[in-house]
Amino acid sequence: MLNYTLRRLMFTIPTLLLISFIIFLILDTAPNDPTGNLPLTIPPEVRAQIRTSLGLDAPMYIRYLLWCKQFFVNEPLNLLYEWFGWCFNTCESRLRVTSWATRSPVVDLIVERMPQTLWVVGMSYVVGILIAVPIGVISAYKQYSWFDQLGTFISMIGFSVPTFFTGVLLIVIFSVMMPNDSWFWLPSIYDTTLKVTDWASFGAQVRQMLMPVMVLALFNAAQISRFMRASMLDNLSQDYVRTARAKGLKEKVVLLVHVLRNSMIPVVTVIALGIPQVFGGAIITEQIFKVNGLGQLLIIGIQGADIPLVQTLTFLFAVLIVIFNLVADILYGLLDPRIRYE
Amino acid sequence: MLDARATILDVANLKTVFNTRDGMVHAVNHVSFSLAPGELLGIVGESGSGKSVTMMSLLKLLPMPPAEIEDGDIIFDGRDIRAMSDDELRHVRGGEIGFIFQDPMTSLNPVFTVGFQIMEPLRVHMGLNKKAARIRAAELLELVGIPDAGARLKDYPHQFSGGMRQRVMIAIALACDPKVLIADEPTTALDVTIQAQILELIKELRQKLGMAIIWITHDLGVIAEIADRVAVMYAGQIVEHAEVRELFKNPQHPYTRALLETLPDMSGERATRLRSIEGQPPALSKAPSHCEFAPRCGHAFDRCLKENPQRRDVSPDHDVACWWDVKTGEPANV
Ligand SMILES: Nc1ncnc2c1ncn2[C@@H]1O[C@H](COP(=O)(O)OP(=O)(O)O)[C@@H](O)[C@H]1O
Ligand code: SF4
Ligand SMILES: [Mg+2]
Repeated sequence: MLNYTLRRLMFTIPTLLLISFIIFLILDTAPNDPTGNLPLTIPPEVRAQIRTSLGLDAPMYIRYLLWCKQFFVNEPLNLLYEWFGWCFNTCESRLRVTSWATRSPVVDLIVERMPQTLWVVGMSYVVGILIAVPIGVISAYKQYSWFDQLGTFISMIGFSVPTFFTGVLLIVIFSVMMPNDSWFWLPSIYDTTLKVTDWASFGAQVRQMLMPVMVLALFNAAQISRFMRASMLDNLSQDYVRTARAKGLKEKVVLLVHVLRNSMIPVVTVIALGIPQVFGGAIITEQIFKVNGLGQLLIIGIQGADIPLVQTLTFLFAVLIVIFNLVADILYGLLDPRIRYE
Repeated sequence: MLDARATILDVANLKTVFNTRDGMVHAVNHVSFSLAPGELLGIVGESGSGKSVTMMSLLKLLPMPPAEIEDGDIIFDGRDIRAMSDDELRHVRGGEIGFIFQDPMTSLNPVFTVGFQIMEPLRVHMGLNKKAARIRAAELLELVGIPDAGARLKDYPHQFSGGMRQRVMIAIALACDPKVLIADEPTTALDVTIQAQILELIKELRQKLGMAIIWITHDLGVIAEIADRVAVMYAGQIVEHAEVRELFKNPQHPYTRALLETLPDMSGERATRLRSIEGQPPALSKAPSHCEFAPRCGHAFDRCLKENPQRRDVSPDHDVACWWDVKTGEPANV
């Protein structure tokens, strides 16, 4: 298993390099002008100077290699410096991947926005899983019961109604129509500056997370509960279930030990594969509730033609996808004794 | 067929149907048989004749719905299984009646060690703690002839061959010293040499442990080797039932006779083994109102198409459900 993991990790390096190059290539061919958002009064010569100062005159491969150096060498060195104080030749003045729009290092922007995304989107993923697993189990066990029908209906809604609709609907109900002093009123704008220091601020934090988390949790739960249900149904009709019953085991044990343990294998894999999307920040939901997370950062970057920002974020998402693919494979091997990686 | 012998299991008039979307399936139609302690009853019949459904009805192992036990009494060890609470029934399952299924490749749970799976019934029914259960599980594996038993408890089913897995299934079924072992085509999925080994093992275990066995098969050759009595099933009914030598010597039902003809002859040539009875087994969409074997029967006459034959005694230990009398070569006088 360790061998397999190491081999897979080695293989990811050329893969990721190739991906980073392709992203760079695509962004480079896009008709983007970082000076496009500047006031029209700025004369063309000045615009040209700005572009030169951003290094845009250099040929594509030079710019790519520079990005590589900044991202793969300078940024890790900088992290070592900031976290452990380790210094390799220069410390402070190292050239980092810098956002064109804000002139601050891209990695700093990402680190700044990570917590909001993890809290809101990550929490919605966890809540979604916690809702989905029991619903999937019961729906499968009581196939075609009213519970199953209701579950099917709700997950169909959760799956097919876009989050920008459910999100706005919740805002209309809980922020607009609900009186401001009502206990049920919820804020529609996520306040990043809120610090949890006592019970009151904790309550406020929960309230402002409630709507975005619910919107995304519904979406996640819809998908995962369907998976769970299908996987349980697959296993419920297997011969080993009959054996378990013929041994005189309680129905609860048959279901929650024998069947669930088998059914979780593909579901865990799907859950692991979905984690990169958490970091990707549910872009639309973050926009609706004004959560300044990674998804929103990406949108801002795209609108401002902030190539280094978009390049770096997109590449990091690619890294996460590749890593969690590996994690899913490893989990599969750990959960299913029939799988042995050499 | 109703005699004064001591019985451990008494099944009378069992009727099981499936209510499927495409209509009813009359899988088991008023089946009656009994089993004496320590006896080996063979049940033989083509695929689809209702052997498995009969056995699973006994312990309510069928999915209900679609299955429904419509009628019948199942008396095990003096207790009425159909009237049992879930708890009582669970104790019978695996505790007093052991079950072995046809396909050892799929009958074990792939993600648990065989040790875990053998220990489960020991812990549930015999209340053993982990340590005691593990010791007993190793003994059981040894009993069913798995070498290096103690170490193999930690292995998963996929690490065993088909024959070895069936041995594990046997160990599970026998874990709690059941009074009855139901073996539903335990060797059908295995290749011939392994079949013979499993057969030997069961014979040996029966001598050692003395449980009664119901052995289901579609192979009369196997029956001849191990059974005390035989019931022949066709279309969800027992059409002939006799002491084993009596059946082979003096078969009454045209279906039994046809089955015997498909057996390999003395030279044991393979070609004869492959010969099968012509025609199709009936669809079971209606409750039998006439002899279900009539379309395939050389002796069929008008009564066969009007009335469903009931079992009648031909000798004290032999009964048949057929309107034809082979001895006289005429319609039976009933
Ligand atoms: N779950 C089910 N739903 C509908 N029909 C079934 C089901 N299980 C078995 N049957 C039907 O019951 C009949 C008897 O099957 P079975 O007892 O498995 O035969 P066998 O003698 O080969 O063991 C068959 O016609 C089969 O189609
Ligand atoms: S009852 Fe008639 S049709 Fe049925 S087996 Fe006997 S002779 Fe044949
Ligand atoms: Mg069968």
